Amino acid sequence: MALHKENNPEGGTLESQPLDRQALPRQPLDRQPLDRRHFMKAMGLTGVGLVLGFSAQAGGRGTSVVNVGQEGTAVLSFELHPFVVIDNAGGITIINHRPDMGQATWQAVPMMVAEELEVSLDQIQIRQSDGLRKYGAQLSGGSSTVRTGWTRLRQAGAAAREMFTQAAADRWKVSKADCYAQEGKIFHKPTGKSFTYGELVEDAARLEVPKDLPLKAKKDFKLLGKALPRPEVPAKVTGRAEFGMDVEVPGMLYASIERSPMIHGKVLSFDDANAKKVPGVKQVLKAERPLPYKTCESVAVLADNYWAATQGRKALKIEWNNANYATDLTTDRYFAQLREAAKVPDAPAYSQAGDVKAALGTAAKKLEAQYETPFLAHAPMEPEVAVAHVKDDGTCEIWAPVQGPDGAIEQVAKYLGIAPEKVKVNVPFLGGAFGRKAYLDFVLEAVYLSKQAKVPVKVIWTREDDIQQGPFRPGMLSAMRGGVDAQGTITAFEHTLIGESIMGQVYGAFPAGKPDPWAGEGISHEESPYAFANAKVGFKRVTTDIPIVWWRSVYPSNSSFGHESFVDELAHAAGKDPLDARLELLKDAPRFQNVLKTLAEKASWYQPLPEGMGKGVAIAKSFGSVCAHAVFVKKDGVGVKIDRVVTVLDCGMYVNPDNVRAQTEGNIAMGISAAIKPAITFAGGKAQQSNFHQYQILRIDEMPKVEIHLVENEEAPGGVGEPGLPPVAPALCNAIFSATGTRIRKLPFDLKKLS
Amino acid sequence: MAAISLTINGQLQRLDVDPRTPLLWVLRDQVGLKGTKFGCGISQCGACTVHIDGKPARSCSYPVQAAADKQITTIEGIGTEEKLHPVQRAWIEEQVPQCGYCQSGQIMTAVALLKDKPAPTDEDIDLAMRGNLCRCGTYQRVRKAIHSAAANSKGDGITQGK
Repeated sequence: MALHKENNPEGGTLESQPLDRQALPRQPLDRQPLDRRHFMKAMGLTGVGLVLGFSAQAGGRGTSVVNVGQEGTAVLSFELHPFVVIDNAGGITIINHRPDMGQATWQAVPMMVAEELEVSLDQIQIRQSDGLRKYGAQLSGGSSTVRTGWTRLRQAGAAAREMFTQAAADRWKVSKADCYAQEGKIFHKPTGKSFTYGELVEDAARLEVPKDLPLKAKKDFKLLGKALPRPEVPAKVTGRAEFGMDVEVPGMLYASIERSPMIHGKVLSFDDANAKKVPGVKQVLKAERPLPYKTCESVAVLADNYWAATQGRKALKIEWNNANYATDLTTDRYFAQLREAAKVPDAPAYSQAGDVKAALGTAAKKLEAQYETPFLAHAPMEPEVAVAHVKDDGTCEIWAPVQGPDGAIEQVAKYLGIAPEKVKVNVPFLGGAFGRKAYLDFVLEAVYLSKQAKVPVKVIWTREDDIQQGPFRPGMLSAMRGGVDAQGTITAFEHTLIGESIMGQVYGAFPAGKPDPWAGEGISHEESPYAFANAKVGFKRVTTDIPIVWWRSVYPSNSSFGHESFVDELAHAAGKDPLDARLELLKDAPRFQNVLKTLAEKASWYQPLPEGMGKGVAIAKSFGSVCAHAVFVKKDGVGVKIDRVVTVLDCGMYVNPDNVRAQTEGNIAMGISAAIKPAITFAGGKAQQSNFHQYQILRIDEMPKVEIHLVENEEAPGGVGEPGLPPVAPALCNAIFSATGTRIRKLPFDLKKLS
Repeated sequence: MAAISLTINGQLQRLDVDPRTPLLWVLRDQVGLKGTKFGCGISQCGACTVHIDGKPARSCSYPVQAAADKQITTIEGIGTEEKLHPVQRAWIEEQVPQCGYCQSGQIMTAVALLKDKPAPTDEDIDLAMRGNLCRCGTYQRVRKAIHSAAANSKGDGITQGK
């Protein structure tokens, strides 16, 4: 019997359910938790869950399970739709299919369903999906939850509501047109009589799921667009929210793993005599860290408590064969290669217009600059952690803070060589992720150890492991060229993004002769629609063995720095106000125009600044949303202080404006960290930073005042979790140029010591 | 191993532990109080903040034997959803947490700050809270929530801690 507690903000401990993986809802607070023994006894069952009448069809509808409230009282739960599970005692459960890492899918997904289902948020319970296919893609990434769910999830709610309405009309023998849904009930308008959804669910479940229903217009939303309090926040301020780090499974051992400081080194030999003397240490095993494209070696210490495992690990003596990594794995060498690659302008292009070379030849002013952005660690506050149990019966159960439970099932099944149906994944809250927890090396480490040790194993990475082992955001170089003619028109613009490709390294799938399919985000003409008469945006790959992966906002977190700083350089060369120059170049892009004009107004852009102050602007579209920041800085000795940040975000229609602001505040903080806080550097084959004393991140006393304005419109929703980040560094550096005349072309830099 | 007595959230606990074990792991894995979090292990991030005799302390670097015979308060001892501490209530009002992982530590530091300074300035807040890292970037809301907790609890016993 597993004792894992479900994500349950309202409290109440629930056992995970061995009898059903499809649709067992959480128990409402006013009922006893399901006791499997009593359930079996009451129902006279000996086997798996009872399926009543309706078989599981494609899409999962019709599966019903028996659940027991008080002893002997059967509660029937019906999955009307994969996202909507309703029981005949009134419990309404909505599934969140995107793990919550702080971006608030725990509220956003249910709100989209609830809007059309006509239930209020306090009537529902929320359950995290477990990776099964019926929920569709479940990866939290690419700022995609609301964008991809907007129609589908509202349709799910509408379908269930229509089924209840039909069921009520049938039961009353009245016209469906005279019935309406409100607060979890169907009312008959002429008589005022009503049924709860729970009273109707058995009938409703027999009906066909209606498709392509008309959905509410924005003006009719009751929940969407409102700043409603998030349901999990009370659990997060009382210490009760369960994160990956908090999972406990009976009989589990804790593991701390020593990996090569040069990441790829091989274990030649190890001496575990002292490690085994540490009280609590149970086993020492040669182990492995499976990266998506190769497997690294390690030595794991398993103990009955975590502290003992770390002490045992410290007592290990390991001899590594680090091959040539001491000379090969260095960031200096990598960046030298990027600069070398920048000399040859032969990059395949994302977008091209006119003839850049010819325009540069005739330009009155010709500018050339290179911008560098470093490797960075994600450093979520919760380090990587996973519990795995490879069981005797050939199944495997995982409890881990992963961004995608469906991907976890697939990878674990493939790794163990078992069918995906034999893998069960439980996803607690993620203590931050930022892309890191979509890379499942830490989960597979736990799977490996559980298989060897034949008990559940909890792998906990130390902060040092997290900061030194990667994967990291790649370091990149933006090679920029541009020209301004005698009339002050910017006539040429070229951006060549150079560096390692995530698709190339992680997936071994770099398309020969083409630019990286993902790295054009935010800079190709499609997303950066500056009307340069002559322009080229391209990508050139330079490989490295330093492991990389996506990091909040991915490539635009690198490329917007060069892109938007260089637009600023060209504006100054043309003798124009940087915001006006952008407005001119974006004349055919109305949403960009609107964002910039709103920003000018909200930030009082044209108002002269006091002596010693500077302002900078930058704009970028990424993940479907347009974001612009105006950063104001104040000279302070030989450096500057960030005074305030004013932001305008056009993310189309949104779910919760307060959360959109929260995400944008977070993007500003992380963007400033990326600009002014230490990078990850490799020398002698090793990361030179190990913990927060060297790999510093923004602290509260460094957080500027931020003011965020959202554009109101009825455009389709764009992303929210990432688009605020890319324009931060260029807006800041443009402000520094305006205040001090210093143009910053390499991140990170020290805000207190500007040369 | 050694027998150690700890008073945690007002309850006496007798434990058999390696006396050098950091208090954090004893609280989490032996006592079962998981609200206190592991973030760095070297007192740099504040996620593991608890109160020892009323003062904020980093439990990741605090050997359990040093906590014997002292009053330890964790996030679970500050308030519950049924009976929230004014700081927790302000945290909900301002919707401070994003991922939430660092928030136990943030709240523990904030509670201690308000005991010392019932009406802190922004500078007081920055100084007291700068040891608590938040990768999600909730700092602006942390400041706002502390001000609002201070304003809401004038004279209603916030300084008593519970």
